[in-house]
Amino acid sequence: MTGVAGATVAVAATAATTAAGTTTTAAATAATTAAGTTTTTAATAAAAATAATNATNATNLHFGGVVFPGSNCEQDVVYALRFLGHEVSYVWHQDTDLAAYDAVVLPGGFSYGDYLRCGAVARFSPVMDAVSAYAHAGRPVIGICNGFQILTEAHLLPGALLRNFGLKFICESVPLRVEQSVCKWLDLAQGTVLRVPINHNEGNYFCDEATHERLEKNGQIVVRYCNPDGTRDAGGSAPNGAFDDIAGICNERGNVFGLMPHPERVCDGLAGPHATDGVPFFKVIASYVEEVRGA
Amino acid sequence: MSNPNESTPNGSPSSSPAASSPVPSNPVPSNSTAGNSPSINSAAIPAPVADVVETLDAAAAPEIAVQLGLNLEEYENVVATQGRVPTLTELYIYSLMWSEHCSYKHSKKQLRRFSSEGEHVLQGPGENAGVISVGDGWAVAFKMESHNHPSAIEPFEGAATGVGGIIRDIFTMGARPIASLDSLRFGTLDKPRQRYLFDGAVAGIGAYGNCLGVPTIGGEVYFEEAYEGNCLINAMAIGLMREENLTRAVGSGPGNLVVLIGSSTGRDGIGGASVLASQEFDEAAENKRPAVQVGDPFEEKLLIEVCLELLKRGLFVALGDLGAAGLTSSASEMASRGGVGIDIDVRKVPQREDAMQAFEIMVSESQERMLAVVRPDDLSEVKEACERWGVAWAAIGTITDTGRFVVRDSELPAGSDIVADMPAEMLAESAPEYDPFMKRPAYLDEAQGFDLTTLKHPHGVEELNAAFLSVLASPNIASKAWIWRQYDHQVMNNTVVLPGSDAAVLRIGDTGRGEMSTRGIAASTDCNGRYCYLDPYTGAQIALAESARNLACTGAEPAAITDCLNFGNPEKPEVFWTFSEAVRGLADACKFYDIPVISGNVSFYNESFGHAIYPTPVVGIVGLVEDISCVATAAFKQAGDTIILVGETDDELGGSEYLKVVHGLVAGCPPALDLELEGDIQRVVRTAVRQRLVASAHDCSEGGIAVALAESCIAGGIGATVALDDNLPSASSLFSETQSRILVSVTDANVTAFLTLLAEAEVPYSVIGEVGGALLEIEDKLTVSLKDIAHLYNTTLEHQVLTH
Repeated sequence: MTGVAGATVAVAATAATTAAGTTTTAAATAATTAAGTTTTTAATAAAAATAATNATNATNLHFGGVVFPGSNCEQDVVYALRFLGHEVSYVWHQDTDLAAYDAVVLPGGFSYGDYLRCGAVARFSPVMDAVSAYAHAGRPVIGICNGFQILTEAHLLPGALLRNFGLKFICESVPLRVEQSVCKWLDLAQGTVLRVPINHNEGNYFCDEATHERLEKNGQIVVRYCNPDGTRDAGGSAPNGAFDDIAGICNERGNVFGLMPHPERVCDGLAGPHATDGVPFFKVIASYVEEVRGA
Repeated sequence: MSNPNESTPNGSPSSSPAASSPVPSNPVPSNSTAGNSPSINSAAIPAPVADVVETLDAAAAPEIAVQLGLNLEEYENVVATQGRVPTLTELYIYSLMWSEHCSYKHSKKQLRRFSSEGEHVLQGPGENAGVISVGDGWAVAFKMESHNHPSAIEPFEGAATGVGGIIRDIFTMGARPIASLDSLRFGTLDKPRQRYLFDGAVAGIGAYGNCLGVPTIGGEVYFEEAYEGNCLINAMAIGLMREENLTRAVGSGPGNLVVLIGSSTGRDGIGGASVLASQEFDEAAENKRPAVQVGDPFEEKLLIEVCLELLKRGLFVALGDLGAAGLTSSASEMASRGGVGIDIDVRKVPQREDAMQAFEIMVSESQERMLAVVRPDDLSEVKEACERWGVAWAAIGTITDTGRFVVRDSELPAGSDIVADMPAEMLAESAPEYDPFMKRPAYLDEAQGFDLTTLKHPHGVEELNAAFLSVLASPNIASKAWIWRQYDHQVMNNTVVLPGSDAAVLRIGDTGRGEMSTRGIAASTDCNGRYCYLDPYTGAQIALAESARNLACTGAEPAAITDCLNFGNPEKPEVFWTFSEAVRGLADACKFYDIPVISGNVSFYNESFGHAIYPTPVVGIVGLVEDISCVATAAFKQAGDTIILVGETDDELGGSEYLKVVHGLVAGCPPALDLELEGDIQRVVRTAVRQRLVASAHDCSEGGIAVALAESCIAGGIGATVALDDNLPSASSLFSETQSRILVSVTDANVTAFLTLLAEAEVPYSVIGEVGGALLEIEDKLTVSLKDIAHLYNTTLEHQVLTH
């Protein structure tokens, strides 16, 4: 599990070939209309076009994907990032050197089984000291699901993830509203609605009033659960009972981002009408990396 | 456990004449079920390794044997095989290996009807799971197994360890587990205990699969009074591998080491196979709780990773999992398959409890353990990988050339440390084989003969609306989203068609290595126990037909099936008749369609207080999708699409959900099944899906066409206007469960091409209406608002579980 990505080029090349002759506009339109048809070809083509664009135009990054014992979404996120044209290496939980990576991903899953509070054991893994130092240096870190839980346990993000309201595991695609934030990972107009799957038993975000005020004031709330039209119910729109419908937050500098939904599951256009809604979550971080490098 | 529907001990189909001729339905009764146990040919038994010190007292031993679940005749066979009175450890081992659960002693003969031959088959029954080739060098391993009895006592752990066990069977073959499905049966949800069992089992399945990161992509559930005392938890797992990585649990190479990997061994699950799985339930069931194992999915996740890594590096000569009967069955089967002996020291087994006796260590069913055969030179590399993953390991013995299964206890003085010394092959493969007496059940005449015309059926739109709503709100019909929302059904990034449609579809590929393909597999589990109760032969055939029809609706071609045959006490002639008929029906249908049975499981003794469950032969099917960009779902897609019923409706209300819900009856004959017509209809719809001619395709079965239409409307969020000109009474027209029907919608541009295809295939069909609007309207019969029925359909199950 410590090999370096060898498939990056091949995947991107395949994507480019598949997309040959498809203009971006047509592909985007196809992705929209594919919502209602029996086939997913159009959506796949659109995703391939996205990947091709990323592979040729965007800066390709080298991601480090941390693997804790019990992580189970690391392959998914590695696949998605490679599909989008990036290079990814697995980082074993006992590794301590992250210098080689442009950005670090803490994937979803059940680190150490999560029999204790989620992420409570993982935060003591040797790699987490390195992640802390990396984050404090202003370099980009994203924690997805279990990764978000680990980031809060490690105090790299404020608050905590409680058991879902209703006490049941929830796996479903949910609408997310993009908020005005300082997050370096996402750059979409406030109010944009994306559909991304959630998949957790402990995704009920909670923080105290003072922290919440700070989050609001600093623009640290990145995405909120919402209704399909982007509105929010007075009684809350979060399927898991999250405080203030919070689905994802970042730190004050915006370089550390944690979210419960799984954008890596909707990057390659495989299934359903919103099968590429996860792409924006991994798109703009390249420009920030350039910025950090420049500084 | 690794005793699927095997035909002969080594898994190849028997060629004896008896295998192909149907067993007479009413054979000459023998006065005992133990009609023809094998005679012991002592010349064939390898000689013992050494004298054992402490055998049981010859006078007391038979009584102990009976307590452990053997009958006296079987005990005599043990003595004959051993050539002496057995030791306590030996007796424990025989009682487990010759239990129904491990030996299939009542079912073996019937199971020889199944054929495991087929163009895709790489591994048939006889291994931990069957394996088929799915093209481009990829192979798929799959199997279904029951965990009924543990779950009826402790639903969360029972169901969780059921999932864990079947997933171990899959990665034992060298395949990465990529999906699981679950077929569940409970009593009705108005009973608090049934809600507890249902809620607990679903939570257990979710907790285990979610933690492992294996998506739970489908399954089925029914709620019937017949399952009240004995719920069914059948778990199916599917794994993916490159063909060259196929591994078998065949021990070989005398001198090689036997290495136990994974959890330490405790007293949990002692006697699970014999005490729980091979007896009926009674008042003492609660006392059996200690025989239920406790699962640790985190340990299993690590085991998957370390075992797949070591298999790929070629460091395992053989690999097997420890399931029912623990170390005993795993080690003896491995030795037996390889024609070698095994010599184990129980004191080298890592133990989590103090003062465990040799027999306890040998029969413990502690979960998350694997047994590997490793060349001595490779041990250091195995050790390194295990330590890197934080998985415990221990070399507990060696492969020998004696053909004997030898168990030592090194705490005993040297020279007298052997506590068991048995012929491995006799132990694993020479369990008694019975040919139980069978008798057609008395209830059948009355149930089948019920005159449905004497019923007062609803008439007019108002009455029919009410009947429809009560059928739609039956938990057997209503949406199962409450269940699969609790399962991670997307992890691994390969789920193309999510749960809730006819069959789930997965992309074939290894996301971790970026090796993706455009091919896919589809999977479904099916069985209507009520049909099987009313006619086990036809009911079992319908189980296969419906599973294959579900695949056809997605565009997939059936490749092979696994099965889980759940029945009552086989020693009761009427129960055994239903078993025999169901196997005959399923085997006939499989042969007709040329679909091999590559693995499976039999679960008997599903009875409580003398009442057997419905005969429930569950079929788990896997099919091939040539192009995942070209699959169909059940949801109507857009206004204006034409709705076509492929097939035609007959007046067949027997065994229907309508009859149960509206009239409180389980009676009549189940729908007839014409295998040829069924095949034609599946073929034409599959072809149409692959040619992208259909916008949606949905199996029309339980609840009739009214429910099928409602489901396509609800899934698509759009209504439909339909007229049914079938000249049937209204209730039959709406609710008849005639087989071989598929509800299809087609966009304008494709109508002509699709109708031409149907005409060429010479299958019956009718154009029945159009997609659109906010109502589901069936002319002169039904008018309901889409919003109302969607709410009812989507909330019924949760409402019944949580707010009763």
